[in-house]
Amino acid sequence: MNQSTTPNHALRAFWQDLKLAPRRVYETAFRGGPPTTDRTRSTFVFGNVFLHLHSVRTHRWSLKWSTTLGLGIMSVSAFLITLITGVMLMFYYKPYPDVAYESIKDIHFVVPTGRFMRNIHRWAANVMVVAVILHMARAFYTAAYRRPREFNWLIGIGLLATTLALSFTGYLLPWDQLAYWAITIGANIAQSPREITDALGITEYFDPGGFQRLLLLGSDTVGAEALIRFYLLHVMILPLVIAALMAVHFWRIRKDGGLARPADADERLARCREQETYPVFTEAPNKTYHLAAVVRGKTPLVGRGPENTVPSMPHLFYAELGVLMLTFLVCVVLSLASDAPLKELANPNVPENPAKAPWYFLGLQEMVSFSAFMGGIGIPTIALLGLALIPYLDRETEGTGEWFGGPGGWPLVRFSMVVGLCAPLLVESFAIRFGWLREWFPGIPQLVITLVNPATILTAAYALFSLWAVRRFQSARAGALALFTCFLCGFVVLTVIGTYFRGPNWVFYWSPADWPKH
Amino acid sequence: MEDCMTLQPKPSRSRLDPEPMPRRDWLGLSSLWAMAGALLFGLVGMIRMPKAAVLPSPSKKFKVALPENLPPGEPFVPPGRAVAIFKDPDGLYAVSMICTHLGCVVKANPEGFECPCHGSRFHADGAVARGPAPQPLPWLKITASGGVVTVDEGSTVRSGTKVAG
Repeated sequence: MNQSTTPNHALRAFWQDLKLAPRRVYETAFRGGPPTTDRTRSTFVFGNVFLHLHSVRTHRWSLKWSTTLGLGIMSVSAFLITLITGVMLMFYYKPYPDVAYESIKDIHFVVPTGRFMRNIHRWAANVMVVAVILHMARAFYTAAYRRPREFNWLIGIGLLATTLALSFTGYLLPWDQLAYWAITIGANIAQSPREITDALGITEYFDPGGFQRLLLLGSDTVGAEALIRFYLLHVMILPLVIAALMAVHFWRIRKDGGLARPADADERLARCREQETYPVFTEAPNKTYHLAAVVRGKTPLVGRGPENTVPSMPHLFYAELGVLMLTFLVCVVLSLASDAPLKELANPNVPENPAKAPWYFLGLQEMVSFSAFMGGIGIPTIALLGLALIPYLDRETEGTGEWFGGPGGWPLVRFSMVVGLCAPLLVESFAIRFGWLREWFPGIPQLVITLVNPATILTAAYALFSLWAVRRFQSARAGALALFTCFLCGFVVLTVIGTYFRGPNWVFYWSPADWPKH
Repeated sequence: MEDCMTLQPKPSRSRLDPEPMPRRDWLGLSSLWAMAGALLFGLVGMIRMPKAAVLPSPSKKFKVALPENLPPGEPFVPPGRAVAIFKDPDGLYAVSMICTHLGCVVKANPEGFECPCHGSRFHADGAVARGPAPQPLPWLKITASGGVVTVDEGSTVRSGTKVAG
């Protein structure tokens, strides 16, 4: 009653509040205040639902460029770019045969910024594939998959497979010649277990190949059903899967105590940068460290003070932001430099010649040209199993967190590179020069070719070489170094052969200039 | 009195050190298994839906009139179809032109057929000459009356089965 002595008092207060409203919105949104002290920097992280996936403080070892090269963040950044540009493309894209082709043409030639969006989408997808593979190589060569991170390595392999699946399902959507025949080949690879069941004569009773193909295409030919299925996978199912896997992947990094680092990381850092110590115990954040009390196991925050850590805001976040901007820059520059291809409308009667898959599958296509089942399903499964087993076979601790750490180290990796590059070159040049079993023995059973072909011989050679490394260095880590290096080199050699040296009818040519004209 | 003074107290049971199977555990386990069974059942049902029972592809049978003077051993490929029809003194036969390797459409050449995708070669009777194809090109069921041939791409016959025409 007393307050409203003058009639204008309430109005004045109202006006004051209205003027203060924007600042109060800001203050209530960011309750901790500006991140200027260690304490408010902590609040900045754990008071924010998006940022609190990070820990409040980050070890200085994790922030060194040479630790990660930013490859993980680069993968996520590329994924975010494809996510946003993909949603933009969905405004115009129509998943129905022929109409799909027209709508991509519209996006390319008519829709404002359509071509640019499509280019970025395609380039970011490529960048993501490259970044994911390199990120896996980084995690492997720094032995970051070891205890307690074994399971996160498996999640990572799931992410690799999902990334490739996302790219491949996107490849069909333009419904041009390239897309149509790549999907025909892909669907028939899914059917290729028939190569075995046919040879054994049991396809009639047990036909996993036919089942897989039917599930993928929804029909016995590539048509409207297949297109809508690939569209559904590409825009809904696989993004959900990859988002779930990513959430687990990141959460586990946090729970496993941040990034892997050498046991003596603190001593090494102390040697080079003595002056930068933060007063963490006087200005301790009011939340995180009592959580450490309930954390079990070898997390770095247990049993030692966080001397070599710095606040994640700004040190970590600005670095991550930098990698995001760099990824974006790369995608934009590539998009301006080169357009996403669009061939003629799909023609189910005339295959594109040569019909090539996206570049990261051309190594597979090279192996498939020896045996559909082994190249398309058998050897990829063996390779993924081999990768998945690595953290469970290498139980050593020496060299964790160090590039090429472990027995053998860099000299072994160098030698493995020589073996890994030479073996496929030898096998391929033999097969290209002299042909293979069927040319010499026309009546040979298919099972023999399925089991003995250049691709299986290469796989066996790599496996034997890795076993030699285990024996020579008395260490499973040495075997893993040999195997993984061979795997990467084989992937590169086969991909390069498939990309640059295979022409019409998948015949070997030194250069596309030698291809026959028609 | 004596009950209270036992030197060896009865070992107390807890959830961590349980008796063989308390009723509560039995109920819990059976509901867990019931849920797992229901989920599995639901999953099988969910896979049944995308596995099409009726395939939406167009009819596999088609009729085509053969050209008047088809030389023996020369393939006739009806427009828009991946089938090669041959006529020789023994009769008519049709060879599928879908590669048994990975489903590309093969091209007829003087020796037989070649696949553009991974370089499989076939003789004119469909037998594999070289390359990764695991099976010969199948022969298709045909019937002929007058100069008109009916081909059923959906059903195969033993290689070498020719039809008078």
